[in-house]
Amino acid sequence: MTPIVIAFYLFAVSTITGGLMTVVSRNPVHSVLWLILSFLSSAGLFVLLGAEFVAMLLIIVYVGAVAVLFLFVVMMLDVDFAELKAEMTRYMPLALLIGVVILMQFALAFGAWDYSDGAADRIASPAGEIHNTKALGLLIYDKYIMLFQLSGLILLVAMIGAIVLTLRHRTDIKRQDIVGQMMRDPAKQMELKDVKPGQGL
Amino acid sequence: MVEFFTTTNLGIVLLIIGQCLLVLVPLLVALAFLMYADRKVWAAVQMRRGPNVVGPFGLLQSFADFLKYIVKEIVVPAGADKFVFFLAPMITFVMAVIAWVVIPWNDGWVIADLNVAILYVMAVSSLEVYGVIMGGWASNSKYPFLGSLRSAAQMISYEVSLGLIIIGIIISTGSLNFGDIVAAQDGSFGIFSWYWLPHFPMMFLFFISALAETNRPPFDLPEAESELVAGYQVEYSSTPFLLFMIGELMAVVLMCALVSLLFLGGWLSPIPGLPDGILWLIGKMLFAFFIFAMIKAITPRYRYDQLMRLGWKVFLPMSLFWVVLVSFLAKFELFGGAYARWAVGG
Repeated sequence: MTPIVIAFYLFAVSTITGGLMTVVSRNPVHSVLWLILSFLSSAGLFVLLGAEFVAMLLIIVYVGAVAVLFLFVVMMLDVDFAELKAEMTRYMPLALLIGVVILMQFALAFGAWDYSDGAADRIASPAGEIHNTKALGLLIYDKYIMLFQLSGLILLVAMIGAIVLTLRHRTDIKRQDIVGQMMRDPAKQMELKDVKPGQGL
Repeated sequence: MVEFFTTTNLGIVLLIIGQCLLVLVPLLVALAFLMYADRKVWAAVQMRRGPNVVGPFGLLQSFADFLKYIVKEIVVPAGADKFVFFLAPMITFVMAVIAWVVIPWNDGWVIADLNVAILYVMAVSSLEVYGVIMGGWASNSKYPFLGSLRSAAQMISYEVSLGLIIIGIIISTGSLNFGDIVAAQDGSFGIFSWYWLPHFPMMFLFFISALAETNRPPFDLPEAESELVAGYQVEYSSTPFLLFMIGELMAVVLMCALVSLLFLGGWLSPIPGLPDGILWLIGKMLFAFFIFAMIKAITPRYRYDQLMRLGWKVFLPMSLFWVVLVSFLAKFELFGGAYARWAVGG
């Protein structure tokens, strides 16, 4: 048992526990917290694999941003947990089916499957022996730049689509106009009136 | 003896624990005095005397507060989610502490010399928001909940611009390692070789974003006392509150360390010829902390919508534009390679 093996089992167990508790916990906020534990442990697994850049990105993007928004929404929702549970049993057969399919795939991959002769050599990094931040950079931004830009474009379109679908410009509310507010000239905005006593304006 | 500490498993573990204690203990003692300094600066600006009763000049005030927090009773609100309620301050404290593992104090004086040190700090500081959210939610009370919602939005918003500003530095250095970043700032012009000059406007943006990220005034909306009492900390008492407080202050000091390392040359001496060393880094951190304390004393609090506007409509476009500009300047090695330190080997 080297320290790396101990660390692997520690992270593996907490990843699976986190995933399991995400599904079974009664309180949705607890679910999200378990999900975060699962993310963190899988980041640990990435570090053990020597992919520290991916591990840090996993934490920054998924734990630091996505899961926070998740938690944000779940905390504010006022959901009936019992009803939610009843809903869940309806989809149970489908979930079981997916589970069985994945299990069978694993069984195939580890049991009956044989790798072709050259496959083992391809596991090595295509970028050579440099540390993986640089390797990823070279691959994504040099070699596969077109694919990277295309995926970026798809995301941009998706983002604009989401904004277009949800944006409605309301005219019945007061808005801040920061530049206008700062540029206001007191001399023009105010008028001093000399009010005579007993007369009013 | 040296062999025992560098080759055997037990020796390495003992060595790392020793290093951690060597960083942690002075840091925690320093925090006590920084807390005192913070209050003294605040008091001086407002022409008060500040803490002056416990010990000479009130120097031991923080230790008295510490004892007070330890011996007080822990009150758990009815209906609170007990586990999450106590987990929250621990997360805040632990996240604030573990970030220090990659901070170098001098050339090579670092516990973990990671390739992705900056990303690690970003990751840890993005986790700090969980302490606030969980604390606010688990308290099962209105003010803490509102405070934690505000904080979640605020910390995410400003992390984006912090990250983009750091990307500019990374592009200039060609490395994510703090040691390399400081080494890249080592030039023949001393103080004028540091990144604050080529990345000048970004240093201020970084500083302001750091204020928002650590919930310091003028962006202390999560704990705005005039509207939310104390935000997510309302229901906390005794040691959990102490953990929150230490965690927050430590995050502030971490931001001071980041400003010193990224923009102010870390342990490099400002005048060429003088020896570099840890004292310079500590001096720069103290200077940054003094600015933090002064800003707390002299600025009024932002309104929430203004805070969001500043983050998304001012800082984000500016830092994004800066990344593009720095990439351009670095690619063509303009200004004598000031933006491409990897190319000139500085």
